[in-house]
Amino acid sequence: MFVRKALYSSAAAVAVLLGATSVMAQVQEIPVDARSTLAPGIHDAAQAAQGMELEYAVTPPPGFFDPDAIFAPPTTREEAEAMRANPPRYSPLALANSDMAVSDGKLFVGNFNGFNIYDISGQGAPELVVSVVCPGGQGDLSVHGNLLFMSVEQNNGRIDCGASGASGAVNPERFRGIRIFDITDIKAPRQVAAVQTCRGSHTHTLVPSADPRTLYVYNSATSGVRRSDELSICSDGEPGTNPETALYSIDVIEVPLDHPENAAIVNRPRIFADRDTGAVAGLWMGGRAGVSSQATARTNHCHDITVFPELNRAAGACSGNGILLDISDPKNPQRISDIFDPDMAYWHSATFANSGEKVVFTDEWGGGTSPRCTAEAPGNWGANLVATITNGELRGRAFHKLPSVQGANENCVAHNGNIIPVPGRDLMVQAWYQGGVSVMDFTDPMRPVEIAYFDRGPLGERLMIGGSWSAYWLNGRIYSSEIARGIDVLRLVPSDQLSAAEIAAAEAVQMDEINPQTQTRISWADTPDVAGAYLDQLHRSEGITGDMHHQVMGVIDGWRRGRINAGAARTAAASLNEAASAQGVNPIDAGRMKALAEVLTRAAG
Amino acid sequence: MLKLVGLLAAGLVLGQDPVQDPADAAPIVNPGAPGAATRQITASQAVDLSRTTHTAEDVRFMQHMIVHHAQAVEMVALLETRGSSPAVRNMGRRIALSQEAEIDLMRNWLLSRGLPLEPTDLHAGHAMAPAPASGGHDAHAGHMDHGAGHDAHGTAATPTDPDEIPLMPGMLSPAQMRRLAAAEGPEFDRLFLQGMIQHHQGALDMVDELLALPDSGNDPMLSDFLSSVVADQSAEILRMQSLLSDQ
Repeated sequence: MFVRKALYSSAAAVAVLLGATSVMAQVQEIPVDARSTLAPGIHDAAQAAQGMELEYAVTPPPGFFDPDAIFAPPTTREEAEAMRANPPRYSPLALANSDMAVSDGKLFVGNFNGFNIYDISGQGAPELVVSVVCPGGQGDLSVHGNLLFMSVEQNNGRIDCGASGASGAVNPERFRGIRIFDITDIKAPRQVAAVQTCRGSHTHTLVPSADPRTLYVYNSATSGVRRSDELSICSDGEPGTNPETALYSIDVIEVPLDHPENAAIVNRPRIFADRDTGAVAGLWMGGRAGVSSQATARTNHCHDITVFPELNRAAGACSGNGILLDISDPKNPQRISDIFDPDMAYWHSATFANSGEKVVFTDEWGGGTSPRCTAEAPGNWGANLVATITNGELRGRAFHKLPSVQGANENCVAHNGNIIPVPGRDLMVQAWYQGGVSVMDFTDPMRPVEIAYFDRGPLGERLMIGGSWSAYWLNGRIYSSEIARGIDVLRLVPSDQLSAAEIAAAEAVQMDEINPQTQTRISWADTPDVAGAYLDQLHRSEGITGDMHHQVMGVIDGWRRGRINAGAARTAAASLNEAASAQGVNPIDAGRMKALAEVLTRAAG
Repeated sequence: MLKLVGLLAAGLVLGQDPVQDPADAAPIVNPGAPGAATRQITASQAVDLSRTTHTAEDVRFMQHMIVHHAQAVEMVALLETRGSSPAVRNMGRRIALSQEAEIDLMRNWLLSRGLPLEPTDLHAGHAMAPAPASGGHDAHAGHMDHGAGHDAHGTAATPTDPDEIPLMPGMLSPAQMRRLAAAEGPEFDRLFLQGMIQHHQGALDMVDELLALPDSGNDPMLSDFLSSVVADQSAEILRMQSLLSDQ
């Protein structure tokens, strides 16, 4: 794209200066497509979809919608002045939907004004169970057993969930931190604890421990430090002048599950410290790496952390850097790797591949309220950065941005997503605000590519903030939390990019509890769909011969009809293993052949 | 196949009252502080809660201030035919313009929040009526009590005659209004300036009173309005005091 040449040079210069790795891949050309010019509307915008279809659009429940509450940020100086003279009666995003979690057939949808709980155990549309009003934003949610955790960051948050706000610089009624609700009575969640933190809570991540009676919560907080006369543990400033500063750390909260009311901060680890000197501010100090580089935020907080407890690893998206943590001792996370990239403005979220060997970092360039997918926006800014982990070292490999030019009235940038469990592939479904929902295949970390999408036109004829905040694969469907419009439920449909068997294999993976930032390793049962998924992938990539495809297909078809031909299955498995070991075979296809051979061998008994 | 779910959007589009939830609708609850009980609330409360906050006292202040300002406009109307000083007349016209603009702002503030323009604790038309029913006084007696400032600004000490009791701090009592309406020439100008200073001072007291309450005056628009009331009326009081001393 238009700044690429200069970026190459600045990136190379930084790589030399800082020893940082930079992504040198070709910058994506962002095309105009069917999504680019959809007609606007709050409830009647035009739609476009490929590889998925909208099953249900659940409008916001009573008390959580008002057209006047949709935030229309000023886009000119005149508009800014007019807004100051005549402020809107809602604060920005007052009723915005945010992040989601799932437990026991219930979908928990966060909102700046509280949260809503839906029953999604049936076949039909999600059914509202209860709406809970408890303002404070952003309302990031996680669930563990009978406990629901909620992030509160805004100054108007009150300990008592009240809505009268908390005025003044110091207010004993103010709450910013992590609320814990007991949801035993699902229709009347009760607040049992409220852990105050110095910078509130923007997002949080549940971290299980070896002791099943203890749960840890990593709190990522991005806003200003509270005054010490409001919360005594807090003080502001750079570490040079204030070594006790509440900046440059995360909060580790310990939750005794038998007594959640005793939840408390037990550590505020200096995870950005320089590993040699111990200096607290050891990572990116903010600014541009080169003249045409992105202005990158200073690393004094994490925006979001995703843990993968089975691997004892966490990936942190920490404003100016992506980091990798060893969480063998969850109370004392240790940084083992960090990366910087001159094209990343704000490291926002992290998602591991199921293998744990790749991490997708997102860049929330512009903070989510700006149109960053227009034709003028560079194809590697506000994008995903696919990184690999080799011997504990992170390395950025390729950028991937929503491959569709979006309008100036659509706030759009990379946002929250999670893994779609298709065996043999690394797929991630992801929210792009008003850019819609997109599925990225990053099986090959050097060549991430989109394979499905859903999008609507903008909310209105001017920039109004909305779109998909989070899009997650939750037990067989994509749920998209639409900031202004409610909940969308999307179903994957077969295409030349994704087969019916691959979809069925993913849909069969069911989990009781899903907190997308607490990843668990997915394993698949041996089924004809799982075998078919691998086979379809090998066929699509032309990784196997027509004869072998035919041979394996015959085995799988028999298995589908209820009788697997054990002899034929073993023969096919042997052929696959042999082909996988042949010279020059693409390692991704070789992995699929071996996995398919294992499934067939086990199925043959 | 898309199925649009949810009654709310349809309700809003058709202009129905979203408060009227179907009987089997999911409950809306508001938890309390840790350990406290969770209570059920209505949909309209849920939306109210999410707005840029204003308190019941904020609302009452705006409703009352409309009545308060309306009397100033009424006083200026008398000035047009009964006063003699061109300087006082010009002053009065400026006051009427600014009071009318502020009345519009207050009406819009209330209307855009779906709030009634008239206070529930004042009888409609009370402010203009010379002799209110005694029940009206009882209803707003509490308000009179905490309008502690008004005795200091020229109304009779501890009046018991309803005719001598102003509706709210600084407002002219029905008897004062009659005396003003009966005066002419320089005498009118003097009564007008004294009355308007008392009236403006009352507005400043009402602002002080409001801001002394917890959580009041937080709404950004209301807060701006309070600042401009204090600035404008203080300046006008100084100007009127100077005109009065010239007389």
